[in-house]
Amino acid sequence: MSTTPAAAEFKRDATTLTKDLRHRSLIRTALKKYEIARDSKKALFQDWQSARQTAAEIKWDAINHLDTHLADFARNLEARGTRVHWASNAEQAREIILTIVREKKASAIVKSKVMTGEEIHLNEALEKEGFEVVESDLGEFIVQLRKEPPYHFVFPAMHLTRGQISETFAKELGSAPTDSPEELTMIARRVLRGKYVTADIGISGANFGIAETGMISITENEGNARLTCALPKVHIALMGIEKILPKFEDLALFLPMLGTAGAGQTLTGYNSMYGGPRQPGETDGPEEFHVVLLDNKRTTLMADPEQRDALHCMRCGACLNVCPIYKNVGGHTYGTTYQGPIGSVITPHLRGLQQWKHLSFASSLCGGCTQACPVKIDLHHHLLQSRRNAIAQRPVWWEKIAFRALSYLFNHAGLFSLGMKLGRIGQIFHPLVKATRIDPAHAWTQSRELPKVAPETFREWWQHRK
Amino acid sequence: MKITLFIPCFIDACFPKVGASAVEIFERLGHTIEYPQELTCCGQPAFNSGYWDETREVADKVLVRLKHSEVVVIVSGSCGAMIKNFYPQLYAGTGQEAAAKALAAKTYEFTDFLVSKLGVTDLGARFPHRVTFHDGCHGLRELGIKKQPRQLLAHVQGLELIEMSEAETCCGFGGTFSAKFPMISSAMGENKIGSALETGAEYIVSNDSSCLMHQQGLIDRQKKPLRTLHIAEILNTR
Amino acid sequence: MNDERENILGRIREALRLPAPVPGAHERQSAHPVSEREAAVHIPEWLPSVGVTFEERIALFQKNAAELKAQFVLLDGAEQLASQLREIAAAEGWKKVATHANELAECAANSLGLPVVRTDSGYDVHELESCDAGISTCEALVAQTGSVLVTSKSSGGRALSILPPHHVVIARREQLIADLPAAFALIKAKYGPENYPSLISFITGPSRTGDIERILVLGAHGPKKLTILCV
Repeated sequence: MSTTPAAAEFKRDATTLTKDLRHRSLIRTALKKYEIARDSKKALFQDWQSARQTAAEIKWDAINHLDTHLADFARNLEARGTRVHWASNAEQAREIILTIVREKKASAIVKSKVMTGEEIHLNEALEKEGFEVVESDLGEFIVQLRKEPPYHFVFPAMHLTRGQISETFAKELGSAPTDSPEELTMIARRVLRGKYVTADIGISGANFGIAETGMISITENEGNARLTCALPKVHIALMGIEKILPKFEDLALFLPMLGTAGAGQTLTGYNSMYGGPRQPGETDGPEEFHVVLLDNKRTTLMADPEQRDALHCMRCGACLNVCPIYKNVGGHTYGTTYQGPIGSVITPHLRGLQQWKHLSFASSLCGGCTQACPVKIDLHHHLLQSRRNAIAQRPVWWEKIAFRALSYLFNHAGLFSLGMKLGRIGQIFHPLVKATRIDPAHAWTQSRELPKVAPETFREWWQHRK
Repeated sequence: MKITLFIPCFIDACFPKVGASAVEIFERLGHTIEYPQELTCCGQPAFNSGYWDETREVADKVLVRLKHSEVVVIVSGSCGAMIKNFYPQLYAGTGQEAAAKALAAKTYEFTDFLVSKLGVTDLGARFPHRVTFHDGCHGLRELGIKKQPRQLLAHVQGLELIEMSEAETCCGFGGTFSAKFPMISSAMGENKIGSALETGAEYIVSNDSSCLMHQQGLIDRQKKPLRTLHIAEILNTR
Repeated sequence: MNDERENILGRIREALRLPAPVPGAHERQSAHPVSEREAAVHIPEWLPSVGVTFEERIALFQKNAAELKAQFVLLDGAEQLASQLREIAAAEGWKKVATHANELAECAANSLGLPVVRTDSGYDVHELESCDAGISTCEALVAQTGSVLVTSKSSGGRALSILPPHHVVIARREQLIADLPAAFALIKAKYGPENYPSLISFITGPSRTGDIERILVLGAHGPKKLTILCV
């Protein structure tokens, strides 16, 4: 494989983390808890498979008629006083948000979890202009204090132990060390309470956008998004254009599927739909509500009908949670906004196939992700297709020669037999170089013993038998 | 029935007993075996690496040679999935698509063929050992094979099957993945072997020799008290 | 930004010129064979089951609430409600509560003999934050999930149900509904298509987080306690 900087970093970090047994056991323990909860909640569904199929069909409708649904969504939002903004790329989205923030002369901004915000590097842009931004989701708050990107797009601080979190809080917030998750949560609660009450602007994401009624829907457990959308005078929601659902009642299916697949809860703590700023007769809520719709190459992915279903994703994280690659290399190794199988599928479309194709190759194609996906995205086959597309576009010369030669060998059984005989001789001498740098099978033998050519191959056995 | 046996390259070279066991089992059941010696490989390594033109060079020959076979049986879930699921994709929109689909329809993985097609679950085998079963990903998720090997093992005298918690988790072989990302592949294999060791089994059994080749390689290097064995070899014991 | 609107919609239309394969086509065994929209009719058949009678559903709600670590108390009439509330207030040492204009909620709140903050016509956020409990009504209780459905119109705005550390919900028995599809149908029938409240929220248990080692902690940001009093 030709090596790009992103690929080299991936290999380097994967090599380090796969050897880190503490990391391996931390992630496995955390995800084991998720797995048990998910299975028990999935079992409550009367028919999970039909629910998946219907969810896939509803999202198919949403994405394959997105132009109509998106126009409806915007019109219905605007009808009730929401300002809808359209951003083709990250820069435009940042500029739209910065313009609002500058205009309001905001002194403090509170954010609930926004993955699209990570995608467009929103915090950096706001901080560069001197605005204070506080992440309010506990996991996001922790990684923000540590100046790290989220490790998992649903569980951002999953890679940290309570000890590490306590150290971070002590260093950044001056709190007393503790090994109680409860006390750590209360420290964050006290700090963030003050922020909600004083912030001028609340920024949120959106898990779904309902075309029929013109609402965004936010799924969370902590109540931080509820507070972010209740107290500041201005609410800005940043949403990818693919988040659309056609009908209000579609949520009756999607909310429990998102909760079950994403967190092992039939419903997460708060599932809230916002259809505008404070309406006549209402007592509170923001005076202004802005929805920023972000394309940022989603239409490029859409133009590939074979992989278009990757836009069905509702970012539940179920594919990460079952992925043996993710569990061993960890979230940061990907170097992407969206980690795990879905990240490996969409990143080449969003950020360039040649630069990010290594993620398609870094998979055993086991299909665990596809089986787990609640909206039936054909994830592991998309990785296979991306490999094909990458190679068709730019083959690796030596691989091409090797596979040509191998095809020739496989098509000439006599030559294949001869190869086996030579292999039998070669393996006598192999121990001299085994697992060293000059071992031609080094990639295998650095960690494993090589299988041996049998004294009698199957075809030899068959011929002798006749 | 005349059964055409497709022997994958690595079974031919390194695990001939797997193929031989299949031959002997089918013959004992009264079937005739045909072994097309000019076929060596299904083309999966090139396919999984993105080289689909090179894959077709190999697959073309398979399509032609097996065109008139009554049924085709493969002693590997992975190579079975290649022919059953991926050949139709490889040839989608070409003149050979129909041929690929016809071949897919008459191709079976070994344990699936015994149980689903022949209706045989008791082969009179005897293997007095504690074993655990590894579900190869291609067999499990591409072909939907889960019960068949267990039904067969349930009738083996003296055999005790202890399921491991990670039976369905990938062992990390993944074909060329194992050489492109050896560190990830090996870490996944270690998890798998760890899960198998927890059961106290003497053998990891599977219907896929490719996964077992990787697992055995790790077991030998790390000197773990375990061995790997293809299910055909167990079913051929007396 | 109108140009960008047209640019984005244009790119979408261009991308959609090639049709995508039908959903789930890659799956070996296809599920329940249904077509796109008819499928929605079946959603209640696939979601977790809810029982048929009121007793079954109230028992299910109770079970779900307990699992979510919410308190659920079934009461007979306004008098019992007031005394139950007084008990909680005494046990927790409440000094000030918040509520909104509603006969049941106000009546109960007033019976406490404590200062009451009302959120109906403007309130001070700091004052609301300093209340020990927020007492609100709701749109419905959802048996299937143990959720309380609130809206900005039914429950004293957006903040009352999320800012004070203890959220007390007062519901009537007839507000118990079976499942999520019924909840969306109820909101649609009551407010749609023109008068939807600006906030509609399913509250499922008290505020919670698992962000530290996936260990459950209650009261991450919102209420640490959720009590549902049903008369």
